[in-house]
Amino acid sequence: MHNDNIIEVSGLTRKFGNFTAVDHITFEVKRGEIFGFLGANGAGKTTAIRMLTGLLIPSTGQATVAGFDVFTQTESIKKNIGYMSQKFSLYSDLTVVENIRFYGGIYGLRSRDIRRKTDELLERLGLADVRNRLIDDLPLGWKQKLAFSTAVIHEPAIVFMDEPTGGVDPITRRQFWDLIYEASDRGTTIFVTTHYMDEAEYCDRVTIMVDGRIDALDTPGGLKKKYGAEDIDEVFVKLARGGVA
Amino acid sequence: MTVTVKNLTKNYGEIKALKGVSFDVASGELFGLIGPDGAGKTTLFRILTSLLLQDDGEAKVHGFDVVADYREIRKIIGYMPGRFSLYQDLTVEENLNFFATIFNTTVEENYQLIRDIYHQIAPFKTRRAGDLSGGMKQKLALSCALIHKPEILILDEPTTGVDAVSRREFWDMLARLRASGLTILVSTPYMDEASRCDRVALMDRGKILSINTPAGISDEFSRPLYAVKADRRYQLLKTLRSYPYTRSVFTFGELAHYTDSRDDFDPEMLRSHLEQEGLRDVRVELINPGVEDTLISLMTTESESIVDGNKFGKSGE
Repeated sequence: MHNDNIIEVSGLTRKFGNFTAVDHITFEVKRGEIFGFLGANGAGKTTAIRMLTGLLIPSTGQATVAGFDVFTQTESIKKNIGYMSQKFSLYSDLTVVENIRFYGGIYGLRSRDIRRKTDELLERLGLADVRNRLIDDLPLGWKQKLAFSTAVIHEPAIVFMDEPTGGVDPITRRQFWDLIYEASDRGTTIFVTTHYMDEAEYCDRVTIMVDGRIDALDTPGGLKKKYGAEDIDEVFVKLARGGVA
Repeated sequence: MTVTVKNLTKNYGEIKALKGVSFDVASGELFGLIGPDGAGKTTLFRILTSLLLQDDGEAKVHGFDVVADYREIRKIIGYMPGRFSLYQDLTVEENLNFFATIFNTTVEENYQLIRDIYHQIAPFKTRRAGDLSGGMKQKLALSCALIHKPEILILDEPTTGVDAVSRREFWDMLARLRASGLTILVSTPYMDEASRCDRVALMDRGKILSINTPAGISDEFSRPLYAVKADRRYQLLKTLRSYPYTRSVFTFGELAHYTDSRDDFDPEMLRSHLEQEGLRDVRVELINPGVEDTLISLMTTESESIVDGNKFGKSGE
């Protein structure tokens, strides 16, 4: 049976001692969707993401990611998702080709597939001429393309991105969103966190976590309407103000 | 002028971190350095605080040279570095006392300076600094930077990685400090924070591209700017990029900001073109450029290779 949801979360909770970091969150992410996951510092985003990526076992509740259970199938989850963090996770003293080969190996691709994939990526990203250059020598925009591509080299159905554009200049930041759109166009689901509120508007749907809970989940337009706000920044402030000292 | 910077340059090996930077900051001014990672903001601040020697050029704070008079400089500057650099295994109280002591003063003597900020973290004063939340660390670091009653406060990206609500609160604190007469120099990668400054310098790759008031920055944008909206955003972007008269197009939230290459451009022409291409609910509106529009425009005139980057995915040039 085909399931349209790539992530299904129901009553998911994580406690650390007496502190409830994530408090009964429930939501779904649809296949191919760009899903924005926002929240104030300390709202529980990181804890939620660590559970969804198989790095942390929940206290109670249920969740599946790409069809795998977050309690019992964490290794399968890790193999079937892509992950990209704030700092591009490329090895700066390896070359372009070496980085691609490295990540292909990490994700368990066969050598034949890695070779095919390497050629394909170099061609598509326009990096064939610099294939043997060290990462350190490449402009930021190129590094970014490559970091994204290595995060999805095993063609996962979903990729998690934790503040992928922090500190990046306004042009490169937009180029990065082009990559996200392209991937989404090819059917990859994108789960992304950001502190840039304008980027929230680029998502198909957005949720804003407050104090471990999910109170708001809608399209950017729907959220603005519901909270009578001009932009997502205003929605965020209205929602989060109660929760922040 | 409280701060005068003339033609500062700094290289790290082959990397040119500062390529001849000049500006002045008036007494009591809240001056912002706005630019992405790699713009040179931290290098500049480290030179101004006497923690790093420039290769060339000169900088003065309150008439003191940052090289020759470094001892004076260190007394009159309050500095909050980008990375949390207080003592993690000292408590909140101990950190504050420590910084007061090394500047030969006491917390009591200057308490009125930090009262507004410190009272928010005072309930946690026996907690170790390492165990504080991000927002509380930030308030403690600011308190420690202020406790010796500096003439000028230098803050290196105090709001990076901080959520939108806490960012606003931090800027409210800076506004109150400014009102008390303190000169403040602050850097940020967030363009929307420019509006909170008296004047800003837009920086990119070791250069200052423009210095102006937040309102003045918008006036530097030389062409009419349009906000374009349609039912499918990615399709809209692709269509605009392949339109032969497009001069620039960048996404801004749910809108695309667009400039046309023709002098006799009529928005109606674009609207009907987009509808012919199958887009619906098309709106084209003349808007006022913001700081981010201007920075993007200055960055693209600065370097043609960035313009190519605009047509992303076809690169390799």
